[in-house]
Amino acid sequence: MTSITKPPVRHPGLPKNALGFTVRDYEGAMSTLCAGCGHDSVTAALVLACWELALPPHRAAKMSGIGCSSKTTAYFMKQSHGFNSVHGRMPSVTSGANAANRDLHYIGISGDGDSLSIGLGQLSHAIRRNVRMLYLIDNNGVYGLTKGQFSASADIGSTSKKGEANLQPPIDPVLLALTLGATFVARSFSGDKAQLVPILKAGIMHNGLALVDIISPCVTFNDHEGSTKSYKFTREHEVELVAADFVPLRREVIAPETDAAVSVVTMHDGSTVRFRRTPEGYDPTDREAAYAHVRACQQRNEVATGLLFIDEHGQDMHAVSKTVEMPLVELPYEQLCPGNGALQKLMEGFR
Amino acid sequence: MSLHTDVTSPHHYHKVVDCQWACPAHTNVPEYLRLIAQGRYTESYLLNRESNVFPGILGRTCDRPCEPACRRVRVDGKPVAICRLKRVAADLRDDVTPYLPKAPAVRNGKRVALIGAGPASLTVANDLLPIGYEVVIYEKNERAGGLMRFNIPAFRLPESVLNEETQCIIDMGAEVRYSTTVESLKSLLDEGYDAVFVGSGAPRGKELDIPGRWDPGARDKIHIGIEWLGSVHFGHIDKIAPKVLIIGVGNTAMDCCRTSRRLGGVDTKVVARRSRPYFKASPWELEDAEEEGIHIIENHAPKRFVIEGGKLVGMEFERLEWTEANGRQTSTVIDTVTIPCDEVILAIGQDNAFPWIERDIGINFDKWDMPVVDKTTMECSLPGVFFGGDSAWGPQNIIWAVEHGHQAAISIDQHCQGLSVAERPPQGMHLASTKMGMHSWAYSNDFNPSSRATMNHAELVKRFSKISVEVELGFTPEQTATEVERCLNCDVETHFTASLCIECDACVDVCPVNCLTIAPVAESEAELRTRLSAPAENLAQDLYVSEALPQTRRLMVKDEDICLHCGLCAERCPTAAWDMQKFALVIPYAFAPSDTTIPVTV
Ligand SMILES: Cc1cc2nc3c(=O)[nH]c(=O)nc-3n(C[C@H](O)[C@H](O)[C@H](O)COP(=O)(O)OP(=O)(O)OC[C@H]3O[C@@H](n4cnc5c(N)ncnc54)[C@H](O)[C@@H]3O)c2cc1C
Ligand SMILES: Cc1ncc(C[n+]2csc(CCOP(=O)(O)OP(=O)(O)O)c2C)c(N)n1
Ligand code: SF4
Ligand code: SF4
Ligand code: SF4
Ligand SMILES: [Mg+2]
Repeated sequence: MTSITKPPVRHPGLPKNALGFTVRDYEGAMSTLCAGCGHDSVTAALVLACWELALPPHRAAKMSGIGCSSKTTAYFMKQSHGFNSVHGRMPSVTSGANAANRDLHYIGISGDGDSLSIGLGQLSHAIRRNVRMLYLIDNNGVYGLTKGQFSASADIGSTSKKGEANLQPPIDPVLLALTLGATFVARSFSGDKAQLVPILKAGIMHNGLALVDIISPCVTFNDHEGSTKSYKFTREHEVELVAADFVPLRREVIAPETDAAVSVVTMHDGSTVRFRRTPEGYDPTDREAAYAHVRACQQRNEVATGLLFIDEHGQDMHAVSKTVEMPLVELPYEQLCPGNGALQKLMEGFR
Repeated sequence: MSLHTDVTSPHHYHKVVDCQWACPAHTNVPEYLRLIAQGRYTESYLLNRESNVFPGILGRTCDRPCEPACRRVRVDGKPVAICRLKRVAADLRDDVTPYLPKAPAVRNGKRVALIGAGPASLTVANDLLPIGYEVVIYEKNERAGGLMRFNIPAFRLPESVLNEETQCIIDMGAEVRYSTTVESLKSLLDEGYDAVFVGSGAPRGKELDIPGRWDPGARDKIHIGIEWLGSVHFGHIDKIAPKVLIIGVGNTAMDCCRTSRRLGGVDTKVVARRSRPYFKASPWELEDAEEEGIHIIENHAPKRFVIEGGKLVGMEFERLEWTEANGRQTSTVIDTVTIPCDEVILAIGQDNAFPWIERDIGINFDKWDMPVVDKTTMECSLPGVFFGGDSAWGPQNIIWAVEHGHQAAISIDQHCQGLSVAERPPQGMHLASTKMGMHSWAYSNDFNPSSRATMNHAELVKRFSKISVEVELGFTPEQTATEVERCLNCDVETHFTASLCIECDACVDVCPVNCLTIAPVAESEAELRTRLSAPAENLAQDLYVSEALPQTRRLMVKDEDICLHCGLCAERCPTAAWDMQKFALVIPYAFAPSDTTIPVTV
């Protein structure tokens, strides 16, 4: 028997969400990635997050570029919209889609190659525009799809499978996003769903671009001794800087067990993100402090994870551009395109 | 306390194979189904025969405890048609005589007497003859087979099938003394046998001593079910009056009512004290009877036989209403009704009777006048005397009689070799990877969503034309081909090697039925059960718990409850920490004792 698809049978005790769906209703096609790829776990975390949020699948759009990571949009929410763009162009395609229909939830999935090399400019400007979207970078330190060349996120000294060391300094998408004014910045690990799922949920509900850098090991080309993006290395060096829980609006708040003080950030729709176990002096709404903490961890050879920074007061692309509330796709044609007369009148204003 | 599951002994993996675990004789069901799928009917038959001895008979009549246990019930409601697929192997096989065990030229000098030639005794003979025992069978009747022959009607079990499967054992060299009733165990023992096996069954049908039972006008119209079926078998009875009442709703009642319908009882009714969920007959037996126009009446308790003008004209019943209070059912009488009838057949159970066993020869009897028999060795208080089948603990079924026979044969062999009968030869197991290559396994791991095949039945007119017309026609080749694929191959086990796991979650994520969880260390299994990907509420099904995983010391936990054995976890595992390994239980028999059990290293 060759590779089979996931049988339709499901556990009879699977709970249903508010829409009456089980988690399995959020699945997509069978993954064709290598067995054990971190990206598949990120997909599974997304499936869980969307199910827990009771996101109507037809109200979401899955956007991606090129890479193993970018292929994963096919592997969840088969009922959703989607666009698999050219290499590195996911951010601008998503900007366009969002401009046309601001009501969808955009889930952009990219890789360290897709976003930090060819698409670095695209990523930077999507952050600046603050496109309302979840922006995932499945970060494995290599170009997986093209057989494991170092990517721009590879650390100095990290070795390739053949033993060659990387000599160029890495680009850290978290630090980059913090400097560029991102309003939601997180880092997580594909092997830690307990941390990742709440971050994804908060990111989907964030009013702006939510950048999540996810260490997602490439089992085939970058999971060896000497790699700084392997399962083992990440587990040994991960430091959960902030632990966050996402509490959606209209849900009874059951505080997770904790003895640490909980600080709460309220999101634009009234949902909350509850931070627990934050280190002394860490304020996830303070950009400078977040930057400093992440840098400090890096210097200690630690990988800082968690929802590192959130700013719910930022204005998204539509607010800045003062577009109408109604998604452009739904505007009556006469309003969307009022004709030559209206255009001439507008042009007059610039003369 | 370590919760780590030991898979080096067969227990855990055997229990995962639900059908095999539930089968009293532990028939290797998935393996024989795969052999059928490959068209290897003879091998399939022989594999069956090793554990259940009568595949052709059982493929038509078995009580099939395997089917309610089948994993497929938990997955989509209906079990694989395990039993009737056994019949497919039996029907389509070639001649198996060349492959059957034979008695050695030189006997071992030990003589064993078996009382009765029912399935229990025949199994003992089957197991002992090939290793050189001289076996003498005493049988009251002039043919072998016991109740399988005299009571199970030919429309369920054709005589040819019965003949072949009983005779092949006798042909191994048993000496059968037909038409010889053992009247005294004491004198039999005096003949100097090295061991005696009592396989005499539970031969006495229960009486219903209510007013009118012994009235001269009614007496001859009231029959005891098993005796009546016997008389039909022997041709002493070949017709019955039109209006017949069958009292009781067990297996015997089902055979009585259907036989009655064929002999002229056009208006045959079955009357039960309780309501349907409590009927002893299997659901399929009830369906088959109802298909033949038998009316089944619930909640009626017999009160008296109604005799008018010196003739049986009906029976009076109390209509009952059952209520349940703290687990106990109690009944209240609503009213009394009379149901007219010409004849009545009593099918309310069987008793054991041992008038021929002297009470002073060292065999202890309990307060119900039943011999005290050891559950594992089948030995009674008199060393060298063993019981099995219905004679041991009252009426059961063929497959239990077979299993008792196997165990008794082991005991007899140990007894005759001067070994302790209490020391049982251990079970063993084989475990072998089924991986053939990338995405390729040596079993068909794709889930087949087909629904259970329905048995084709002979037309009613044809059935009623002659009592020997077999009702079930068997599966068509197409039905067989689909039905075997419904089997989930539960014996292809998910075998885990903790040291290989990199905790990538791939297996957890891919499992279609959320069986797997990488869980933090827990104090108890109960605690673990609350922390799994999906609720593990079926406590009858075990958890597999790994050793601590290398990177985080967490545990890989698998709820065995509804695993589809689809192999996806192993396909998606980058390190082959999960592997699909075929498990084969090695069952010790008298003819293949413990030295054939293979201890595995895993
Ligand atoms: C009507 C009916 C239908 C049944 N249908 C099924 C079914 O579909 N499936 C199923 O699994 N089970 C069925 N059973 C039960 C099954 O037949 C018995 O459980 C099984 O046959 C028991 O086997 P046994 O070897 O213990 O005894 P038996 O089959 O009862 O055989 C005992 C033998 O011992 C002989 N014998 C008894 N006393 C003496 C003596 N003193 N000397 C010499 N010989 C003696 C008897 O003549 C008989 O041949 C049915 C039973 C009945 C009554
Ligand atoms: C314009 C263009 N340039 C180069 C490529 C070749 N290419 C395909 S995928 C890829 C890198 C993918 O890396 P990443 O985004 O990290 O994805 P991964 O496979 O590691 O998940 C490259 C360079 C391409 N497809 N298109
Ligand atoms: S090559 Fe690497 S990144 Fe691509 S699927 Fe395989 S493991 Fe994943
Ligand atoms: S074989 Fe593996 S993937 Fe398939 S159901 Fe069982 S545990 Fe899940
Ligand atoms: S897929 Fe294999 S390596 Fe990955 S968690 Fe499962 S058992 Fe471990
Ligand atoms: Mg990459």
